[in-house]
Amino acid sequence: MPEWLTSFPTLGEQLLRSVRRAFDEAYRSFSREYGEVIEAIFDPLLYLLVWFERLLLATPWWLVIAAVCALCYAATRSRKLVAWTLVTLLGIGLLDMWEDTMRTLAIISVSTLITIALGVPLGIAMSWSDRLQTVFTPVMDVMQTMPIFVYLIPVVMLFGLGKIPGVIAVVIYAIPPVIRLTNLGIRLVPEDVLEASDAFGASRRDKLIQVQLPLALPNIMAGINQTIMMALSMVVIASMIGVRGLGQPVLEAVTNQYFALGILNGAAVVALAILFDRMTQAYGRRLRAIK
Amino acid sequence: MSSGSIRAQGLYKVFGRDPASVMPLVREGIGKDELRDSHGHVLALRDVNLSVPEGSVQVIMGLSGCGKSTLVRHFNRLVEPTEGRVSVGGVDVLALGPGRLRRFRQSGISMVFQRFALFPHKTVRANVAFGLDVRRTEGSERDKRVARWVERVGLAGYEDSYPGELSGGMQQRVGLARALATDAKILLMDEPFGALDPLIRADMQDLVLGLQAELKKTMVFVTHDLEEAIAVGDRIAILRDGEIVQNADSQELVLRPADGYIEQFTNKINRARVLRVGSVMEPPNPELASPLHCSVDMTLEDALPRVSASPGEEAPVTDGDGNVVGAISVLRILVAVAGGRYSLGDGSEDRLKRTAG
Ligand SMILES: Nc1ncnc2c1ncn2[C@@H]1O[C@H](COP(=O)(O)OP(=O)(O)OP(=O)(O)O)[C@@H](O)[C@H]1O
Ligand SMILES: [Mg+2]
Repeated sequence: MPEWLTSFPTLGEQLLRSVRRAFDEAYRSFSREYGEVIEAIFDPLLYLLVWFERLLLATPWWLVIAAVCALCYAATRSRKLVAWTLVTLLGIGLLDMWEDTMRTLAIISVSTLITIALGVPLGIAMSWSDRLQTVFTPVMDVMQTMPIFVYLIPVVMLFGLGKIPGVIAVVIYAIPPVIRLTNLGIRLVPEDVLEASDAFGASRRDKLIQVQLPLALPNIMAGINQTIMMALSMVVIASMIGVRGLGQPVLEAVTNQYFALGILNGAAVVALAILFDRMTQAYGRRLRAIK
Repeated sequence: MSSGSIRAQGLYKVFGRDPASVMPLVREGIGKDELRDSHGHVLALRDVNLSVPEGSVQVIMGLSGCGKSTLVRHFNRLVEPTEGRVSVGGVDVLALGPGRLRRFRQSGISMVFQRFALFPHKTVRANVAFGLDVRRTEGSERDKRVARWVERVGLAGYEDSYPGELSGGMQQRVGLARALATDAKILLMDEPFGALDPLIRADMQDLVLGLQAELKKTMVFVTHDLEEAIAVGDRIAILRDGEIVQNADSQELVLRPADGYIEQFTNKINRARVLRVGSVMEPPNPELASPLHCSVDMTLEDALPRVSASPGEEAPVTDGDGNVVGAISVLRILVAVAGGRYSLGDGSEDRLKRTAG
């Protein structure tokens, strides 16, 4: 049997290696060239992140708990959920995970804000243009199925280790649901309601703000909920590139085989996830109930 | 032309991929079914000509799918014609640019929808205010108008409810108030009461009649129901497969239906309640001296007791100023009510008299 039938005929080690090297080299020189400029662009983000983290850490723990509980009540009007929040946060504090939790809270909040700020307008654009939708849908499929670690490589090459690459990786990974569900929510607004707004001479902007976005809001909230869950699931991976928070002890636990440490910090991530999930869902339900 | 009149000339509407390509066939008179089955296009309107004077109510009737909704949507240009002209208040609606079209819809013409099409996330108050909000009528002026129309359609006390909390009839009151709040001269109503129970429907018709007496809007009113059409309409246009078969007032429609299709609509109606004395009376008879006069706009039902109580079962007919303009007999009423089988002025009265006598 000829050899190309028994083992897959590859393009040749030599060729592949040089292609990969050329690609890497090109990217490396790009990041050498523009790295600083790009970093400078992201500086405000870094300030925001650092400021928010410091704020959470500098504020007395009881004030933070009170604020989170108040926010929870404002969003959901559910006493049960507020009680849950209180118990969770107290537990986290008692088990000495307060600081890490605040760090994680900071990066998740900032990432979520950025995701919403980028994702909602993108979703709106997609709902307006079928062409944009056909282009973006496969891109987002790739973004969601690509192994997470792959995102880290170019980001780290560009920014080094730290908070910014962490946020960028989290945003890339977590943004698709917001975009998708904003697009879907707007497209699902009933035709007759849109016709009515046209009949009264509403401009595109009025239609968007007064009709489409409010009616899409429950769907957008569902997207934000998913986004937060995905962002939280990135916490451990982000810690690999130097993001401090609940992920770091987990990573430490894996390398040193500290089972209990791993479980505790993992549980704190899960507790945060459940908290965010219930809060955003209850808020979404309240929006739905209004109509 | 006055600001509230509507005119459509040579209006054609074909739905499909390339309407222009099938227009020659349409003009040659291809059937709706053939166009759909062999050419994949839907013929919605064919050569519609319609003129609605300011302050009058034009009803559009016809079977499901005959093009009623499509026709009314041409007047505020929610639908673009394939061919033809539409002018409202002398303005060529098809020539308006996007900004002027929006302004025209904001203050010149408003619409009430069959399935209400209310904003489910807005309160009754905010729904009614929508038309004012999009044209940036601010503050107290807006609130005053909203309060006035909410009150006028009978929704006082429900300002803060959401549409989902209201019954169908109440929801359509919101739809009506929303349309009235902009003070547009023209009101398009696409089967506004089609989704309502008969009793509520009657209430809503009364509401519209009351409003119309007060406001004198130009109204285009789509309905399936001939009784409703007769109750609200000055003229009634009946469409079949996108063509106007007959456009007439209720008397003429009932007395002289253009063809069998129109008769399908008119033959189930209670003619005694629709026909008026003025439409069926004979020339004045100077010998009549009955003290019981009938006026021209009485229905036959109302006239019958008076006429039968008159000597010789015949009574003089007077117009609005009290002048005698005709005469009406019981026999004449019976012939008119019997309809179809006998027609007026062909001697059937004499035959009836003979058989009876
Ligand atoms: N957007 C559209 N695309 C394709 N065909 C359409 C469209 N709108 C209406 N039609 C077709 O045009 C014809 C007229 O529709 P239209 O809605 O005007 O009828 P209608 O008289 O209002 O009926 P109904 O009493 O059911 O409301 C129908 O055959 C319908 O299927
Ligand atoms: Mg219709």
